Amino acid sequence: MPKKEIREEDLRKVVLESGIEVKPIYRPEDIKDLDYERDIGDPGEFPFTRGIHKFMYRYRPWTMRQYSGFGTPEDTNSRFKFLIEHGQNALNVAFDLPTQNGLDSDNPLAKWEVGRVGMAVDTLKDMEIAFDEIPIDKISTSLTINATAPIILAMYFVVAEKRGVDLKDIRATPQNDILKEFIGRGAWIFPVEPSVKLVCDIIEFCAKNAPKVYPVSVCGYHIRESGATPAQEIGYAFSIAETYIDKVLERGLKVDEFVPRFSFNFDIFGNMFEQIAKLRAARRLWARIIRDKYGAKNPESMKMKMIAGGGGAGLTFEQPENNIVRGAYYALVSALSGTQTMALCTFDEAYTIPSAKASLLALRTMQILMEETGVCDTVDPLAGSYYIEWLTNEMEKKIVGVMEEVEKWGGMMHAVEHGYVQSKIARQAYEMQKKIQSGEIVKVGVNKYRMEEEEREIELYDLDMNAVQRQIRRLKEVKNNRDNLKVKESLDELRKAIKRDENLMPYIMEAVRHYATVGEITQVLKDEYGVFKEPSIL
Amino acid sequence: MGEAMVARQLNTTPQQKKRLRILLAKPGLDGHDKAAKVIALLLRDAGFEVLYTGLHRTIDEIVNTAIQEDVDVIGLSIYSGIHVPASEELLKKLKEEGADDITVIVGGQIPPRDVKKLKDLGVAAVFPVGTRFEEIIDFLRKVK
Repeated sequence: MPKKEIREEDLRKVVLESGIEVKPIYRPEDIKDLDYERDIGDPGEFPFTRGIHKFMYRYRPWTMRQYSGFGTPEDTNSRFKFLIEHGQNALNVAFDLPTQNGLDSDNPLAKWEVGRVGMAVDTLKDMEIAFDEIPIDKISTSLTINATAPIILAMYFVVAEKRGVDLKDIRATPQNDILKEFIGRGAWIFPVEPSVKLVCDIIEFCAKNAPKVYPVSVCGYHIRESGATPAQEIGYAFSIAETYIDKVLERGLKVDEFVPRFSFNFDIFGNMFEQIAKLRAARRLWARIIRDKYGAKNPESMKMKMIAGGGGAGLTFEQPENNIVRGAYYALVSALSGTQTMALCTFDEAYTIPSAKASLLALRTMQILMEETGVCDTVDPLAGSYYIEWLTNEMEKKIVGVMEEVEKWGGMMHAVEHGYVQSKIARQAYEMQKKIQSGEIVKVGVNKYRMEEEEREIELYDLDMNAVQRQIRRLKEVKNNRDNLKVKESLDELRKAIKRDENLMPYIMEAVRHYATVGEITQVLKDEYGVFKEPSIL
Repeated sequence: MGEAMVARQLNTTPQQKKRLRILLAKPGLDGHDKAAKVIALLLRDAGFEVLYTGLHRTIDEIVNTAIQEDVDVIGLSIYSGIHVPASEELLKKLKEEGADDITVIVGGQIPPRDVKKLKDLGVAAVFPVGTRFEEIIDFLRKVK
């Protein structure tokens, strides 16, 4: 009896999150219009589809930058040293929620939260302790801080200054992307307009004084974590980046004077080919936008630099060890996407802030990939794949579509002020969760191969209440020992500078030098700018 | 059974009963609000009346809103690790205000070891990450 032939139409339908239908087989005709020079190019050459450097990881593998920080600056300082000792070559600092929200550790609104999800910082003193014996003239440091980024970056600069390190040699990346905070993550303070002004103050100040600093890391990551599709992740991030560019251009800077130091933070979870195509498409589109729309001449402006790896929303609470395996795949996908820097979520992140053991395991995951698998030997090994190149094209079209929608909304600032983006992705998150609950989207250990009685041995982080008391005590001591007249004067100068609408960075640095607190400086900004009022979106 | 009795019984069927009013709240500084929004949409679809506080609320603000809006349930959504002290203070304040008839539920990043702790404090139900939607809806259908 002849076997019944299986036809393509009989197969299950596959549609990616970004809304692209995928065939089981791709052939040369699927990419027949692709032009190598125009659409792909060699690595390090326009449009940088294959990567922003000629030899990529063969010359220099990605930077490893696990997110860390908890408790007091002393605790964080020892975790930094532990990670550096084990081969990590850059830092990624987590700050506690009071610091992110501009509250001092002794503020009643900060109770319960001091040092809980990151390091507590009240004054310059804390940053001096956190970076004690850390070679800040050599190591590059990411500061995961947004609304209070001007204050924390000012502190980092003053620490360098006091150690005799020239600002021109400082390598740091404050996250400094407030627009995404309004969409996901929620650590905003001021209304949209002054918030964006502060972002641009840092960009402008660094362009003129600290040229090795990446003054903004535009985060598609948190937007994706909040429910955006991969195409929206890139599209919204690019619309945000364009907003900052437009605002800095209004100050009279030229595109090639600051865009080379833009960087991005992207998410990795879900369909792996969709993520790889997403980032290849993003590099190509960014290069074209910067060259053609903004008229950049310097290729450095056109190179989309990024950190990727994360993938928190892909991890599960159930069977937490499975997250180790997910982390390894996300690392591979990040490498195949050509990231400059990698940071993985640790397997215990669905429960707690990372334990030392879990952080080390994440670091080892990246090291095994880098040292044992050959992934660093050849640049963009997936280039030329019928599927990958086809999908890269499709993703680019989707991303452009997302950016056009933002334009129709009246731009990103208007869109977040009115909650358009927030509303759209909240609904998507709900639909996605329904699909996970129904099993339509498979999550191993959650809706398939679930174990009702499973052992979950996770070492939980216990907040050390003594450490909290020590932090509050230190704040008191610093306040008692500083020159309060100088603090008052510097804060008054800051207030005047706000009224004159000047770049505030020099004034904030001056206040920081006199040990003004995060809370005191934020209060001046709040007095003058007010606070953001969340739109009702449900 | 007389006709009057039948009518009264009809009045207590789910369709006739006043819809359960639920206040979803984000206490403290935690900005992770995806779950709160997802649950708000879910509960609204399930026929409940849902209010959402938005981010960065103090316990006092949450209690005041709950009383003013005359809600039946307060749901705290917490991803920052403050679930125990925040729940404790909320329950204490509700008692002080004579509003401890309001049912308190908690969801978010709640490690297994803290579930019992929260229930001992007087939290009626805890829904950690990964809880199935039906479980939440079933629980709320039984409130009152």
